Amino acid sequence: MFGKLTLDAFRHDMIEMGANIGMGLGLLFVMALLTYHKRWKWLWKEWITSVDPKKIGIMYFSIVILMVVKGVIDAVMMRAQLMFAVGEAGGYLGAAHYQQIFTAHGVTMIFFVGMGSIFAIMNLLVPLQIGARDVAFPFLNATSFWLFLAGGLLMVVSLTIGNYSAAGWVGYPPLSGLKYSPDVGVDYWIWSVQIAGIGSLLSAINFLVTIIKMRCPGMTFKNMPMLIWAIFGSLILIIFAFPILTASLAMLTLDRLMDMHFFTAELGGSPMMYINLIWAWGHPEVYILVLPAFGVFSEVVSAYSKKALFGYTSMVWSIVTITFLSFIVWLHHFFTMGAGGTVNAFFGIMTMLIAVPTGVKIFNWIFTMYRGRVDFKTPMIWFLGFVLIFTTGGMTGMLLSIAPADFQLHNGLFLVAHFHSMVIGGVLFGVFAAFAYWFPKFTGFTLNEKYGRYACYCWIGGFLIAFMPLYALGLMGATRRLNYYDASTGWQPLFIVAGIGAALISLGILFQVIQVIKSIKDHNFQEKGVRDPWDGRTLEWSTTSPPPVYNFAVLPEVKGKDPFWEEKHSTEPKKQPKYEPFLLPHNTSIGFFIGVLSFLIGFALTWDILWLAIASTVGIIIFMIVRLSNQETEYEMSVSEIQQIENTP
Amino acid sequence: MTHNHIQETDEKTFLGLWLYIMSDCLLFATLFVTYAVLHQGTAGGATSKELFRLPFVLIETMLLLTSSFTSGLAMLKQNITRKSHLLGWFFVTFVLGASFVGMELHEFADLVREGHSWRESAFLSGFFTLVGTHGLHVTIGLIWMAVFMFQTWKMGMTPMVMRKLTCLRLFWHFLDVVWIFIFTFVYLMGVLT
Repeated sequence: MFGKLTLDAFRHDMIEMGANIGMGLGLLFVMALLTYHKRWKWLWKEWITSVDPKKIGIMYFSIVILMVVKGVIDAVMMRAQLMFAVGEAGGYLGAAHYQQIFTAHGVTMIFFVGMGSIFAIMNLLVPLQIGARDVAFPFLNATSFWLFLAGGLLMVVSLTIGNYSAAGWVGYPPLSGLKYSPDVGVDYWIWSVQIAGIGSLLSAINFLVTIIKMRCPGMTFKNMPMLIWAIFGSLILIIFAFPILTASLAMLTLDRLMDMHFFTAELGGSPMMYINLIWAWGHPEVYILVLPAFGVFSEVVSAYSKKALFGYTSMVWSIVTITFLSFIVWLHHFFTMGAGGTVNAFFGIMTMLIAVPTGVKIFNWIFTMYRGRVDFKTPMIWFLGFVLIFTTGGMTGMLLSIAPADFQLHNGLFLVAHFHSMVIGGVLFGVFAAFAYWFPKFTGFTLNEKYGRYACYCWIGGFLIAFMPLYALGLMGATRRLNYYDASTGWQPLFIVAGIGAALISLGILFQVIQVIKSIKDHNFQEKGVRDPWDGRTLEWSTTSPPPVYNFAVLPEVKGKDPFWEEKHSTEPKKQPKYEPFLLPHNTSIGFFIGVLSFLIGFALTWDILWLAIASTVGIIIFMIVRLSNQETEYEMSVSEIQQIENTP
Repeated sequence: MTHNHIQETDEKTFLGLWLYIMSDCLLFATLFVTYAVLHQGTAGGATSKELFRLPFVLIETMLLLTSSFTSGLAMLKQNITRKSHLLGWFFVTFVLGASFVGMELHEFADLVREGHSWRESAFLSGFFTLVGTHGLHVTIGLIWMAVFMFQTWKMGMTPMVMRKLTCLRLFWHFLDVVWIFIFTFVYLMGVLT
C-alpha cells in the first residue's frame, strides 16, 4: 500500500527534529492566522486560483524568501561545523547529515532561490515593461508556478519523511546510482529538480512568446528596455538548456527505477556521460540566473544616474555573446576528466572569452554613472557591492579557466569562494536591488532607506569576511564538502573568520526583515500610492502603483528607449485617453491541482507507491482535458468598468 | 471574439508550439547523443547488428509516415469545411498511429522475451529509452487526437478547435521527423556497422 514508506521514515536526530517542529509550528501559526482573520476564501480566490502575472510574481517571491531563509540556515550550520570540527572534536554534525546539508543548500539556492527570483522578476516586470496587459498563456504561467512550488515542497518534505540526497547538488553518478545511494534521498532530489525544471521550461516558452508577440506599438527590438533584453537571452538559454536537464535526470531515474545502465560503473555505462550532460545544462544555468540580474542593474544604474544607459547596442551584443558562449564552456567544470590538452585548451579559451562581454557590461554601467547626478539609494549600494565582489569573482574565474591551475584548485574551497562571488555578488545582489527598486511599484510605498543601507553594509562586509578566507584556504589545499580537518593543517583561524562573516551576513538578513516590517508600519495606508518615486524611465512607472489588474487602460505607444522619461519631458499636450473594451483571463484552479498531483507523482515514485503515481498521472490528464474543453477562458472588461477603476482616486 | 483576437491567439499559440517543439528536439538530441556514446557499451551482450530486424521496422516506418500524410489530408482546404471528412481522415491517422505503437510494443516484448531487456547493457538501456521516448510521445499524441476528435464532433469546427488540430498536426509531423532520424541512426546504421 505505501511502498517503501514505513514509520522508520519519520525517525530523526535532534537537529532534524528541531527543524521539523519549527516548520510545523510555523505552518500552524500561519493557518491559525488565516482562520482567525477569516482569510481562507481570500487566499483561494485572490491568490491560489489567480492567473494575474503580478500576483504570481509576488507568490514566487514569497517562496523565494522562505527558501533564502532555509538556504542560509544550511550555510550557517556548515560554517559553524567547520569552525570547531578540528582535531579531536568532530563537530556537532555527522558526516551523513553534513552531506545532506550541503546538497540541500545548493539545490535550495540555485533552483528555488535563483530560479524563483528570476521568474518572480519576469512575472512582475515583463508585461509592465513591454506595455502588455498579460503574458501570452496565463493559465500555463500559473501551472508553471505550481510546478515550481511542488518541486520545492518535495525537497522540504524530505526533512520530515525520509532523508535528503547526500550526493551533491548535481548528483554525480555512480555515487547517485542505486548501488551507492540506495535510500530515498536521491529520488527526492531527482523529482524536486525535475518537476521544478519542467515548470521553468514551460515558463520560458510562455515569456519568450510574450516578449516576441506582445510588445506595445512602437517598441521594436531596438527600443526594448535592457532588462527585457537580458531576460530574452536568459529565456533562450532555458529553452536550450533545460531539456538536457530533463533528459539527464530521466536517464538517472531509469538507472535507479528500472535497473538501466546509462551511468553505472558496470555493463557499459558511463558516469562521465552524465557529468558532461549535467554541465551542458549547468553552465548555461549560471547565465540564466545572472543575465536577468545584469538587466536589473542596467535599469537601476540608469534610473539613479538620471541618464540613459551608456552603450545600449554594445549591451545588447554582450548579452547575445554571453548567451552563445555559455554553451561552449561546460567542460571547464571538469578539466580533470582527462580529455587531453587540445580539448582543455579550447574550453579554457572560450571561458576566458566570456570575460570580454561581461567586462563591456561593467564598463558600460560605470560610464552610465559618469557625469550623471547619481542618487546613492539602496539599490545603488547593492550595485557597488556587486561591482566589487563580482569583478573579483570574475578574475578568480579567469585563474580557474587555466587548465593546469584548475588541476590544483579543482573541487577546492577556492572554487567555492569563486562561484559564491558570482552567485551572491551577481545574482543575489541583483535580486536585492530589484526588490528595493520595484517594491514601491507593487505596494505603493517605498522601503526604509536606513535599514536597507545597514543590510547592504552587513551583506557586503559579511561576504568579504566569509569568503576571502576561503580563497586562501583553497590555495592551502582545503577541499570543498569536507566536514572535518586535522589540527596540523592550521586552517582553524581562517575557518573561524569565515564563520564570523556568515554571522554578519545573517545580521544583514535580520536588517532586511526589520526594514520590511518598519516600512509597513511607517506607511500610512490612507495615502495614495507613490506613482513614480525614482523619476523612472520605463513604462512600468507610467501606470499606478500597484498597477490595476489590466496594467494599462490604454496600451501605450512608444517612440524611444526610455518612453516614460520622454513622455514626462515632452512638450506635446497630453491626449485624453480613449478606452476600448478588452479581454482578460478568468481565474482557474486547474494549475493548482496539476501542481498538487505532480507533487504526489514525485512523492509516490520516491517511495515506490505505484498506484498513487498512476492515479496522479491519470488525474493530470483528466484536468488537462477539462481545461482543453473549456471555451470560456476569458471575460470582457467593458468601458464603464475601466472608467470606474481609472477614476477612483 | 473579434477576428483580430482570434488571429493574435493563433499566432501566439503557434509560436509557443514551435518553441516547445524546439525544446523537445533538444530532449531527443540528448537521448541521441547518449545512445551514440553508449552504442558500443554492450558489455559482451547482444549488439545492434544481432538484434534489429529491418523489414519489421520498415513496416512500422511506413505506418507512421502514412499517418503523417493522412493527418495532412484531414486539414486540406476541401476537408476542413466538412466535419465527416476531417474526422474520417483523423480516424485513419489514429488507427495508423495506434498500429505503429502496437508494433513497437511487440518489438520490445520480443526483445525482452529473448532475454535482451534494458537491464542487459548500456546499449540496450539507450535503445529502449530513445525509441521508447518516441513511442511515449506518439501515445500522448494519440490521446490528444482522441480528445480533439471528440471536441470536433461535439463543438464543430470552431476557431479554437481548428487551432488545436493545427497544433496537433504540427506535433505529429515533428514525431515523424524524429522517427526518420531514429530509423536512420539507430536501425539502419546499427545494422550496417
